[in-house]
Amino acid sequence: MKKLFAMMLVVCMLLTGAAALADEPITLRVAHIGPTTGAAALYGLATLHGAEVAVAELNASDSPYHIELINEDDEHNVEKVINAYNAALDAGAQMILGTTTSKPCEAAGAQGYTDRVFFLTPSASAPAVTEDKDNVFQICFNDPNQGLASAQYIADHNLGTKIAVIYNNADVYSTGIRDTFVAEAANKGLEIVSETTFTDETTDFSVQVADAQNNGAEIVFLPMYYTPASLILKIAANKDYHPVFFGVDGMDGILSVDGFDTSLAEGVMLLTPFVASASDEKTVNFVTKYQEAYGETPIQFAADAYDGIYILAAAAEKAGITAEMEPEEVCDLMIAAMQEIAVEGLTGSMTWDESGAVSKTPMAATIINGEYVFE
Amino acid sequence: MIFLDNLINGLSLGSIYAIIALGYTMVYGIAKMLNFAHGDVIMVGAYVAFCGLQYWGLPPVVAILASMAICTVLGITIEGLAYRPLRQAASLAVLITAIGMSYLLQNVALMIWGANPKSFPPTFINSTTFRLGQLRVSSATVITILANIVIMVSLTLFTAKTKMGKAMRCVSEDRGAAELMGINVNRTISVTFAIGSALAAIAGVLLCSSYPILQPTTGSMPGIKAFTAAVFGGIGSIPGAMLGGVLLGVIEIFGKAYISTELGDAIVFAVLIVVLLVKPTGLLGKPVREKV
Repeated sequence: MKKLFAMMLVVCMLLTGAAALADEPITLRVAHIGPTTGAAALYGLATLHGAEVAVAELNASDSPYHIELINEDDEHNVEKVINAYNAALDAGAQMILGTTTSKPCEAAGAQGYTDRVFFLTPSASAPAVTEDKDNVFQICFNDPNQGLASAQYIADHNLGTKIAVIYNNADVYSTGIRDTFVAEAANKGLEIVSETTFTDETTDFSVQVADAQNNGAEIVFLPMYYTPASLILKIAANKDYHPVFFGVDGMDGILSVDGFDTSLAEGVMLLTPFVASASDEKTVNFVTKYQEAYGETPIQFAADAYDGIYILAAAAEKAGITAEMEPEEVCDLMIAAMQEIAVEGLTGSMTWDESGAVSKTPMAATIINGEYVFE
Repeated sequence: MIFLDNLINGLSLGSIYAIIALGYTMVYGIAKMLNFAHGDVIMVGAYVAFCGLQYWGLPPVVAILASMAICTVLGITIEGLAYRPLRQAASLAVLITAIGMSYLLQNVALMIWGANPKSFPPTFINSTTFRLGQLRVSSATVITILANIVIMVSLTLFTAKTKMGKAMRCVSEDRGAAELMGINVNRTISVTFAIGSALAAIAGVLLCSSYPILQPTTGSMPGIKAFTAAVFGGIGSIPGAMLGGVLLGVIEIFGKAYISTELGDAIVFAVLIVVLLVKPTGLLGKPVREKV
């Protein structure tokens, strides 16, 4: 009888314990780090806002994990990102959603590797972001995979065989994509007929565009952010040169540049896992909430960060993270959990291996009538 | 044909450098200071014109005039607040103030207009493309080159013929003596800044008409290149700024087209070093005699 009573007591305790768990979700402290001011603010604000939409959703749901989002600005600067990272930890962050851009993420991720802090970056895609660091995972393709996927996409969809590449040789993002694109293009029987470079300060692209045109390129591959891309499109229009321009995720955002003549971007293609005008339920839900909150249409970076919050919650659940755990303890548990989970997100079905790179299928959108469209 | 195409692109880029270089060279020639904020006045000019066109719906000519007016006021204000109190100070102090002013303008622009790049809307300046056989020349190129010639000729006439122009040359030659002869040095320098800043507004509009991306840092690299052009041509000399600017643009484009796009900027500055080694005062600079 005593035994039975004791057992019942134990069962009761377990039940109440479980009930307490379900009633009071665990609140994780996650720091978003990205450039919310400065030249790359468009990206940093997108990831911040995307994450905020997901956090609001998550905290209103009955999920066992809630998230308290801390935001730190790194101004897309490799020195300031370390300050932002330290400030985030001082504010009690257990893990980092970030950083948004590659170079700062390399710096902060390396510091996090030493300190044992877990990083999930929505959009930093340089290979160096995850290289030699077990603590950093990516949601977007890393650059080699973007170059590779672009070459595969171009070959598989028979977009053309004569290709010009214009890239920023002062930027790891641009050179990283270019390297694997050129290597994969050779495997796929694509011919690189023109290859020219520029730097961050370049304003005049007439030489680069003329070289592509004079060598008869049918496709101009633009592994770069949208600011130089918009200048290239303008020069090409002046020269009456209309090849297929094929960009990568940095091209996303070109349509929201204030005053940009969107007709210049007509027909431009870009490798992207997210298109705001897509009609599936998840996209519509996200876009509606984002527009209500910020009055803007979200770009891919926002979708990546939105997924990031759910990925963190899923991995935390797998790993059994609690609110009391220190970042060092969280880090190793999260690293193991990330390799076990599969997340069905806005940007596709994702899995991870120990390198930290994501696997998902490449998709490309085309700009038609000033909108990104999946064909 | 490709050669001609590159030459035209070079002339167009060079003409923009030349107009900016005129601002550097006038201020240096007359006030004997390097106004490093000049590039940023260009950026402000471009932003004001952008707002005029995009937000206030002004006709292009009115937007450009508004931009010139605001830049003129800005130039006079900068000179009066930041440079005039340092008239007797060491030239290094003025130089540092100018660099500070440059960063101040960039950060204020960042505050007002934000970091997101703006795309300069098309105007009559860049709306059409002329075709000459296979050659395609944007109207922005033609207007930039013409504007450059008009500005240089009128500035040369202004300094040679008008009373204020003569006063400027006097101040340039010997500030102390000019003051003794009854020339109002402060007013002369203010007028110099006013003209330089109005030119900066025009340069900003032309720059953004050819390369339509506008950011708070838009003025800095063209500013540095134009300063290089001014030194290249002989700082203080108006035809020198014109020659230096045009040559620099052509060398930059040819270097990229025929040598390497990776070395474009390196070639520009290498040429500058060679020219200064051979002729330290620049192509059209006057040798300065030191009296002991």
